[in-house]
Amino acid sequence: MADTLRVGVVVFPGSNCDHDVYYVCKHQMGWRTRFIWHKETDLRDLDLIILPGGFSYGDYLRSGAIARFSPVMHAVTRFARKGGYVLGICNGFQILTEAGLLPGALLRNASLRFICRDVFVRVERTDTAFTSAYSPGAVLRIPIAHGEGNYTADADTLRRLEESGQVIFRYVTADGRLDPEANPNGSMHHIAGLLNDRGNVLGMMPHPERAADPVLGRTDGLGLFASLAESLVGAALKR
Amino acid sequence: MAPVALEPEVSRELARAHGLSDEEYDRLLEILGRKPTYAELGMYAVMWSEHCSYKNSIAVLKTLPRSGGRLLVAAGEENAGLVDIGDGLAVAFKIESHNHPSAVEPYQGAATGVGGIHRDVFAMGARPIAALDSLRFGSLDKARVRYLFEGVVRGIADYGNAFGVPTVGGEIYFDPVYEGNPLVNVMSVGLVRIGETARAAARGPGNLVVLVGSATGRDGIHGATFASETLQDDQESRRPNVQVGDPFTEKLLLEATLEALRTGAVVGLQDMGAAGITCSSCEMSARAGTGMRLYLERVPLREADMSAYEILLSESQERMLLVVDRDRIEEVQQVFHKWDLPAVVIGEVTDTGLVEVYYHGELKAAVPARSLVLGGGAPVYVRQARMPAYLKQTRAFQANALPVPEDLQATFLQLLDSPTIASKRWVYEQYDTMVRTNTVVGPGPSDAAVIRLKGTRKALALKVDGNGRYVYLNPRRGAQIAVAEAARNVVCAGARPLAITNCLNFGDPYNPEVYWTFREAVAGMGEACRVFDTPVTGGNVSFYNENPQGRIYPTPTIGMVGLIEPFPERLMTADFKSEGDLVLLLGQNREDIGGSEYLAWVHGLVAGDAPYLDLEEEKRLHELLLELIASGLVRSAHDVSDGGLAVALAESCLFGNLGARVRLEDPIRPDALLFGEGQSRVLISARPDDLSAIVSRARDFQVPVQVLGTVGGDRLKINDWIDLPLEAIRRVYEFAIPRRMQAHDSAG
Amino acid sequence: MSGMYRVHVRVRLRPSILDPQGKATRQALRQLGYEALEEVRIGKWIELTLRAPDPAEAERLAEEAARKLLANPVMEDFDILAVETIEAVG
Repeated sequence: MADTLRVGVVVFPGSNCDHDVYYVCKHQMGWRTRFIWHKETDLRDLDLIILPGGFSYGDYLRSGAIARFSPVMHAVTRFARKGGYVLGICNGFQILTEAGLLPGALLRNASLRFICRDVFVRVERTDTAFTSAYSPGAVLRIPIAHGEGNYTADADTLRRLEESGQVIFRYVTADGRLDPEANPNGSMHHIAGLLNDRGNVLGMMPHPERAADPVLGRTDGLGLFASLAESLVGAALKR
Repeated sequence: MAPVALEPEVSRELARAHGLSDEEYDRLLEILGRKPTYAELGMYAVMWSEHCSYKNSIAVLKTLPRSGGRLLVAAGEENAGLVDIGDGLAVAFKIESHNHPSAVEPYQGAATGVGGIHRDVFAMGARPIAALDSLRFGSLDKARVRYLFEGVVRGIADYGNAFGVPTVGGEIYFDPVYEGNPLVNVMSVGLVRIGETARAAARGPGNLVVLVGSATGRDGIHGATFASETLQDDQESRRPNVQVGDPFTEKLLLEATLEALRTGAVVGLQDMGAAGITCSSCEMSARAGTGMRLYLERVPLREADMSAYEILLSESQERMLLVVDRDRIEEVQQVFHKWDLPAVVIGEVTDTGLVEVYYHGELKAAVPARSLVLGGGAPVYVRQARMPAYLKQTRAFQANALPVPEDLQATFLQLLDSPTIASKRWVYEQYDTMVRTNTVVGPGPSDAAVIRLKGTRKALALKVDGNGRYVYLNPRRGAQIAVAEAARNVVCAGARPLAITNCLNFGDPYNPEVYWTFREAVAGMGEACRVFDTPVTGGNVSFYNENPQGRIYPTPTIGMVGLIEPFPERLMTADFKSEGDLVLLLGQNREDIGGSEYLAWVHGLVAGDAPYLDLEEEKRLHELLLELIASGLVRSAHDVSDGGLAVALAESCLFGNLGARVRLEDPIRPDALLFGEGQSRVLISARPDDLSAIVSRARDFQVPVQVLGTVGGDRLKINDWIDLPLEAIRRVYEFAIPRRMQAHDSAG
Repeated sequence: MSGMYRVHVRVRLRPSILDPQGKATRQALRQLGYEALEEVRIGKWIELTLRAPDPAEAERLAEEAARKLLANPVMEDFDILAVETIEAVG
């Protein structure tokens, strides 16, 4: 019987933010959390699957290109198609686009450099399972750490994403304005986080798990975990 | 495929070409009682090279305090140092240079430097939790220097970011002396439970020798360069020796190694760095008093036609040598299989004391393990020393002959525009500084990086430090300052200094003047370590940092580890916190501009003596500051160092985004007061109500204290010399490096 | 004829996708005085060495691999540049 969220954190051999997000889920949120080895395929015991940051299989060819073919990703795809909740952070977002669970692709940063620093993102919708605990239009200070986060999609896809409100986070200035200076990697439409059309798969470049502990000086990412608690625990109880 | 049969005839000439002196070759003949084989010659040449044997440095290094305190192993005994931090935990850490590879190929040189030092740490059974870098380059006005700088930073970033260990701090100096000889020193810090550490010894005859990780190629074979000239039409062996890093494989190797250690079936292990299989097999055997029998045809090769000589000397990256309990090999192989890494039994431990090497049934080498290693048969030399002639000149410098600049504000801005002083944001934003979510204080707004240890009330304060110019001007005091400043930085973060690792970058030790500076610097370092009770856990010596255009400053760099406990209560940072707080100086301002960045950058002079330092005075300052922090009397603490008091004030303002009004009244020349780098000073801020308590504690510790002014507003004002909005200061401080890189940036 | 073949695959960003690496290189080359230079595009050259019954089958396999993994159709195009016979048997 589930009285708490059951969460799986996927571990690819090159994942390196797996322990970070596990720590938040398990020790800060108190969720029943386990690691999922990349060769595993049975995910029936889980309510939420997190694809963490890192360099899944080295990512020498293209970020996430090889991960897409891993046994666990076939299972994650089935899980998502059945309505299971999936959160991809950084490399996880790259893998979700490679796997076709989210549209578009993440190219090299416009600066051609890896960038690790705090950015500001605006919450574009609060009626989703991932953002319900935020107030509309809230501006969050969350770090990014990536070399390939430059979101790209063709014009039709972008129009569709905007029309259906699938852009969940956008890079903005500290006071919430869209400004090219506030876009760290050249992403089209300042896209920092994207939801699938069904609302159960979120990919985002910023790292909420790095902004979830007061002792590290950042807490704006906690709202995402609180949202999931709010939205999914009830659903999990009904299961 | 058949091994290369063509092997040159071993002779005294061939030995010389391998870098062995006649004396060393005679010693080798005596040890073996016969002429060495070609493979044996290669093994001795590389093991007795400076890099592996420390033959010209070990006699001097032994004068350092290398045990005691919280040290769990004495320096040099294992892959890295190990320090007890309580609660059953230990910190493994080490710094190492990758200067020469980085000068040739900056990207791969720096990347493999990062990989190598992390392997040393996880070979101890410790999980690396942080990396720091100490870098030196020439002037950014030179295109070649920008290329080296860009490549080194990118190499550190790409390797460390993918490997998943945060790069949390470091230091960078720019000075023309490093133009042809950049320095790349990397420090890795790891955490391990006491009792779960691994040993680098091949115990238990009959146990199996297992090679894990990447396949072996022709990377970095030094002697092979020569061999390729005697062998005819062998194009393949003429390829360059640049080693290429593979951070993904290193990540697999890390996880698999730590998991394999948890099985309890691994008896010992050692990283394969310099001299590859030769070094790890000889050192592990020598430590345990055992031997090994190796079968090279079992080694997975990247190129099929490699000779025994090449396999023995290959420095291919991301490999480890394990000694595994003979009855439990399957358990270990299963772990490596899980991580998709080869783990091949290439031999067994023997009780003969010999490393015996077979290749396709032929005995290629049979050498007494101890005879090759440091502390065993490797040669030890004490070289000639002579005080350098240049010191007469530099010490003749008279500061009073130098006019005080009329516009001190312009001078201040000029100094902030020095890349050595300015913000290193351009560099550290390319590093993942936060992965593993333990980075409490990363690069930038503090003197030392702070890493919390999850599940404890502890945090580590980490710092690398070393001012080559000071050491050039006064080797003994310069090295003392390197230790003192590293300790002061760690103390400013609220930590008690525990121990150091050192990386000693010098020129050619056969030059008596270089050797003198080396000996003096090590002596100074030892004196300082004794005063601060911070033993040396190990480190690395890099000689020959010179080329026909010149020689580097003697540059010892110190990697310091301190402990903050209880955390977070004792944590301290350098940024001003609130309007109305008092700005205070602990320590004494002195009329001292010798060796300063001000003198070098503004006046183009590298002259005078190293700045003032009194070790006892410094120690009292540390004790006072730790006491004040523990009592909650301090709101910010910032070391006064490069650029002097003016730069320290500016940084505390910028980090806290708060201005300050300051009045300096010491009766010394204004440029020395603002920009002098006299040691043993810390800038703190405090609540006005706490002033009397601070003054009384300072008196107890015999440390001078003075009120300099107040925090507040959005300008920095110092006497009527400097009065600037913070934004104007920030612009210069933040853009000094990007401006120089962008002006020529191909990335636009 | 069955044998060992080396197939050369070129992967490039699609023409509509901004290529910052190419752009940066173009700018650098122009600064070096190559003012006639109009455009630089940077891609990947991938060599696949494989065993196949004949060159056509080698090409087909390489094309499949490229479609599946080597190129991401959202942003990249690929083409087979050449099929080289390394060792032919019979």
